[in-house]
Amino acid sequence: MAEFLINTVGLPTWLAWSATAGVAAFLILNVIAGGALVFIWAERKIAARIQDRLGPTRTGGRFGWLQSLADGIKLLAKEDLMPDGADSLLFRLAPYVSFCASFCAFIAMPFAFDVVGQRLNVGVFFVIAVLGLEVFGVILAGYASASKWSLFGAMREAAQVVSYEVPLGMCVVVPVMLAGSMDLVTIGEKQAGWLTNWYLFHDPFTFVIFWVYFTCAVASVNRAPFDLAEAESELVAGFHTEYSGLRWSFFFMAEYGSMFLVSGLAAVLFLGGWNGPIPIAELAGWSDGSAVTAPYAVRLLGCANLLGKATVGVLLMMWIRWTLPRLRIDQVMTTCLKYCTPIAAVMFAGVMLWQLFLPGGLVPGSRRGAIAVREGWLEQAVEKPEEPAAVPADAGTSVSQQLVGVAE
Amino acid sequence: MILVATGTVSVTHYLIVGAIMFTAGVVCMAVKRNALGVLMGIELVLNGANINFVAFGSSYLAGEGRPPLGLDGEVMALFVILLAAAEAAVALAITLNFYNNHGTVDVDRADDLRG
Amino acid sequence: MNWMANLLFLQRPTILPVAAIDWHASLFVVFALVACGAAVMVVVTDNVVRMALHLVLSLGATAGLFFLAGAEFVGSMQLMIYVGGTLVLLVFGVMLTAQTKLVALQTPPGDRVIAGILAAALLAVLVQSAVSIETWRRPGRAETQPPTATPLGMALVGVRVDSPVSAAESQRRSGYLLPFEIVSVHLLVVLVGAAYLARAKRRRTPRPIDVVASADPPPPLPSGRLEDRETASVLIGSGR
Repeated sequence: MAEFLINTVGLPTWLAWSATAGVAAFLILNVIAGGALVFIWAERKIAARIQDRLGPTRTGGRFGWLQSLADGIKLLAKEDLMPDGADSLLFRLAPYVSFCASFCAFIAMPFAFDVVGQRLNVGVFFVIAVLGLEVFGVILAGYASASKWSLFGAMREAAQVVSYEVPLGMCVVVPVMLAGSMDLVTIGEKQAGWLTNWYLFHDPFTFVIFWVYFTCAVASVNRAPFDLAEAESELVAGFHTEYSGLRWSFFFMAEYGSMFLVSGLAAVLFLGGWNGPIPIAELAGWSDGSAVTAPYAVRLLGCANLLGKATVGVLLMMWIRWTLPRLRIDQVMTTCLKYCTPIAAVMFAGVMLWQLFLPGGLVPGSRRGAIAVREGWLEQAVEKPEEPAAVPADAGTSVSQQLVGVAE
Repeated sequence: MILVATGTVSVTHYLIVGAIMFTAGVVCMAVKRNALGVLMGIELVLNGANINFVAFGSSYLAGEGRPPLGLDGEVMALFVILLAAAEAAVALAITLNFYNNHGTVDVDRADDLRG
Repeated sequence: MNWMANLLFLQRPTILPVAAIDWHASLFVVFALVACGAAVMVVVTDNVVRMALHLVLSLGATAGLFFLAGAEFVGSMQLMIYVGGTLVLLVFGVMLTAQTKLVALQTPPGDRVIAGILAAALLAVLVQSAVSIETWRRPGRAETQPPTATPLGMALVGVRVDSPVSAAESQRRSGYLLPFEIVSVHLLVVLVGAAYLARAKRRRTPRPIDVVASADPPPPLPSGRLEDRETASVLIGSGR
């Protein structure tokens, strides 16, 4: 978009870039806020139906469409309280730290093959790193509230999030290994085509890894059954006990934003991202896979695909929340260290071996873009020094593809 | 509306930022009485050195020609981050041990071996 | 005084019309100011929790500086390991020891003056050496190729692909496989050691928190024992 502004409209470079950045930030903010609005309503409806009741039915018609709006107005109108012994700077800062961490991770999140805030070569790594920063808002909130329940909740939540980063990282490395790049756009592009091209169906190990990833993601965003830190029956409300009104709603938006983000990440890494189950655009002849010639409708289709998959993930999280009982903190830690981490490690080894011995999938030649691994590629790379000159020219393709060739 | 820009960034700008952080870390180590404050000083020192490494290894900042360190700068910064994390863990364990035994983190009270 | 003239020349801002902001330089200025400012605030503040917050800001801004320099992988590592791991550990330590009177320990003013003088001298030496080399002061060139993490990953496995060299020279350049493995074992050793060092030990006389947690009446305190009177963890509330 910046190039469009520079070339066609004639704006100076800096203004074009800042306008593009502003538009991108505005869009992402709307995605988070609009998503939170929809998800709050959806959560109440789903919770109600699972509990055999109806949920909001009065505000805005029969289905309570405007319930979220009413909630928002109520929160805005609440009194802005702060406990007496609270550290005022930290108390005020905490919700924004949480929200900023959740918001910044959307920078690297692609919504279509061409629609991404910033196409980072280390996209996956960046998203996981920034997600881990959300814990600071929680710790600050817990400490600055000057209440022992808040501090307990904050410490438990911080321990939980930090512990679950380990199996989360291991699960996330598997699609990176399959695609050969940490670039989220590349990972999505490699899953283009039919449903069977998705990494979820690549091999049974990846299938298991997807569910381990989902478990770790649910624990990472502190959703039930891992929500001991903010459980009403345990710690009043955990780290956000003393928060009310708009400050509390920032925590809420951060939580829903993170839920949407990890679901979107699961969609890009495992579920094909913006590629639908049927490659409509290719079959209809609208695009041949290249970004430049595709009409805008293809991008919209991709966005719709990704948003749909991410929403399915969020609804799945809500379903799990209202179905399963809450875990104790020692059970949470046991799940992480005794179950998720070893399973993730074994599956990781399994995927690696599968790629080594069955690079073309179970049906040889049926997989697009399979990576053929030859022995001796290391010696080959060393004894051919002119090869390195080719490496910087390819920004997006994988290393092993450049060095050893691709079996198409 | 007058806006200020300082021209293109060079390695020296990064080195000055690194120097300021390094000095802040050294002062922190020297001045703080809280053991955790000293630990924070150590982190600042390592970070200042990291900025230098990355500046020397960056191809964005180099003038004409190749950057002085190239990839080695980034790899060294990587290893510094890893080792800083390890060292912070051990230092924190020592501090907590001290706190459990003496009830305070004041480094001025760590004088059992004196004289 | 040559170096001082150089320094002043470097840092004299040029007033440009609105239409020519260099975003790279502006973002660098923003991140550098946050990083240095927060670092100075770490030194100045006495409250240890605020020090931790300022350190988080400083290291986060440093990650931004890394991104601006094109080292995206190192920037992400900084965010994940340093800010998201080490600092969380540090903040845990701060929380565990943040009693009322330990939160803000004051240094005597004499020490502060001496430290300030030494800091000024050190800063002068470092800045002088930074501005003295001509090749470092030339402004950077516009890099059209976005940096990838491929050369870094290959180097960590032992294969150097970052710059074309002759076949003879490439035999002498080794990758970073050995340091990588050493660091892995090192981290394992550190993990075990730190866990052992910080384990909960059985105490001869119970701390007040252990007494509160149990239902038995507290034992009589022997006089003059420092740790029994003062050890009150923040977890039972220390009257903040």
